[in-house]
Amino acid sequence: MALQSLDIASRSATTTPSPSMRETAEVAKLIDVSTCIGCKACQAACMEWNDLRDEVGRNSGVLDNPRDLSAASWTVMRYAEVEEGGKLEWLIRKDGCMHCADPGCLKACPAPGAIVKYANGIVDFQEENCIGCGYCITGCPFNIPRISQKDGKAYKCTLCSDRVAVGMEPACIKACPTGALQFGSKEQMKDYAAERIADLQQRGFQNAGLYDPPGVGGTHVMYVLHHADRPQLYRELPANPTISPLVALWKGVAKPVAAAALGLVALGSLFHYVVKGPNEVSKEMEKEVEE
Amino acid sequence: MNRDPRDLQRYTAPERANHWLVGICFILLALSGLALFHPAFYPLAQLFGGGTWARILHPYIGVVLAICFAALFVRFRALNVMAPTDWEWLRRMREMAAGDDHTMPAQGKYNGGQKLLFWIMAACVALLALSGVIMWRAWLNLPVDLVRVAAVVHAAAAAVMIGFIIVHIYAAIWTKGTIRAMWYGTVTRAWAKQHHRAWYRQITGDQR
Ligand code: HEM
Ligand code: SF4
Repeated sequence: MALQSLDIASRSATTTPSPSMRETAEVAKLIDVSTCIGCKACQAACMEWNDLRDEVGRNSGVLDNPRDLSAASWTVMRYAEVEEGGKLEWLIRKDGCMHCADPGCLKACPAPGAIVKYANGIVDFQEENCIGCGYCITGCPFNIPRISQKDGKAYKCTLCSDRVAVGMEPACIKACPTGALQFGSKEQMKDYAAERIADLQQRGFQNAGLYDPPGVGGTHVMYVLHHADRPQLYRELPANPTISPLVALWKGVAKPVAAAALGLVALGSLFHYVVKGPNEVSKEMEKEVEE
Repeated sequence: MNRDPRDLQRYTAPERANHWLVGICFILLALSGLALFHPAFYPLAQLFGGGTWARILHPYIGVVLAICFAALFVRFRALNVMAPTDWEWLRRMREMAAGDDHTMPAQGKYNGGQKLLFWIMAACVALLALSGVIMWRAWLNLPVDLVRVAAVVHAAAAAVMIGFIIVHIYAAIWTKGTIRAMWYGTVTRAWAKQHHRAWYRQITGDQR
């Protein structure tokens, strides 16, 4: 636990508290959709820093490339053409892990320590503990984790936890040519976003706002959106993401209760035997059939 | 050979082998499944060579179980049709559990409890197989809403099945002279007459 910024705040499939004496400031990445030009420098930087080379895909006639996130593409740009007030708007969103304060993946994961949330808010997969079940995909409200076809492990954006741990900003932030990507403490990022939003509102985007969805406890990747009232415009960014009630049921109190009930059935059987004794064939019956 | 020629044949060798196959698969599935069910059981994964192996093996064993169970189902389906006396037996199960079974209604090859268990197992296996395949990320990537429903169904059906199997195994231990029916297929006449009188009468012609 040498790196304070990597102190672990919660850990998958672990029922006891994590070391939590030290308190670290929460970090956040801010993606200002209104100043993004869709150049994909961030995508390239992500590949570069993380030594990822996705398979070369097919050009499908649109700018989205690769078409979707994968075990080797942890961030992708998603492009939407939308008509607003008679004008064409080109909405570009950098997609990837949102680093939820209440991560659905971590809740769903059955392997101890395969997913951790650091004290600074970064949610990180520890592939050496991952068993490849894909429960994280089932738990995620944003459809982010992907299982690798090569090694059967789950992967996603790490928010460059390795860089952040030593005081650097994530690779994508470093590469962004327009300043659309910013990184700092979550407080700083909210302050900066407020300035950007005021500016956008002044320029006619009345519904400009910050995307920091409370349904997942807020996120450590936030968006400044010109249409914060309709996040779905940005290639189906969920308007109110939450951990699905089904996942909450699946991973909630039902299981310890079921486990206790099974224990009671086993114990009940044992004590039934001890109290009532075995159900033996009676001596009379044995005589009856000996004719 | 400790076989008495007067003993009654209850199961044929293929029936016993089929049941054992289902039983072995079930135990492996319960252990590997529970490992993922709750962190308290995660150490069970070590029995399979670690979490990743438990995750890989479980669904394949599940497919083997589903096939073997289907065979068992076909073999025993007709014998497990519920009759009015079975419901009466179930209503009076308390007396049975209290150890006082002499006044219970005469039972055929299976009593009401065994028959009900048969249908509960059939329902559980059907649900587990269907939901299990839906959750099988190594092969499939189905819509997430469906997978979420499947995950809940799978965990719930597994808990129900494990609970009833504990009772099933206990009932066989409790009722002395039963387990041999699964080892070598025979039971004593006295056992048959005491626990399954209608069946005893039917196969021996002894109407007393
Ligand atoms: C055709 C039959 C079955 C199939 C295809 C199947 C498949 C699966 C799959 C894909 C998983 C997710 C983990 C993994 O990828 O290995 C799973 C989990 C599980 N299975 Fe099965 N399974 C089957 C039968 C059973 C049976 C008979 C039991 C009952 C003992 C069982 C108990 C469990 C449990 C307890 C879990 C963990 C559930 C959770 O994490 O909430 N499965 N199964
Ligand atoms: S696949 Fe996802 S849920 Fe399963 S062990 Fe790996 S990180 Fe955890």
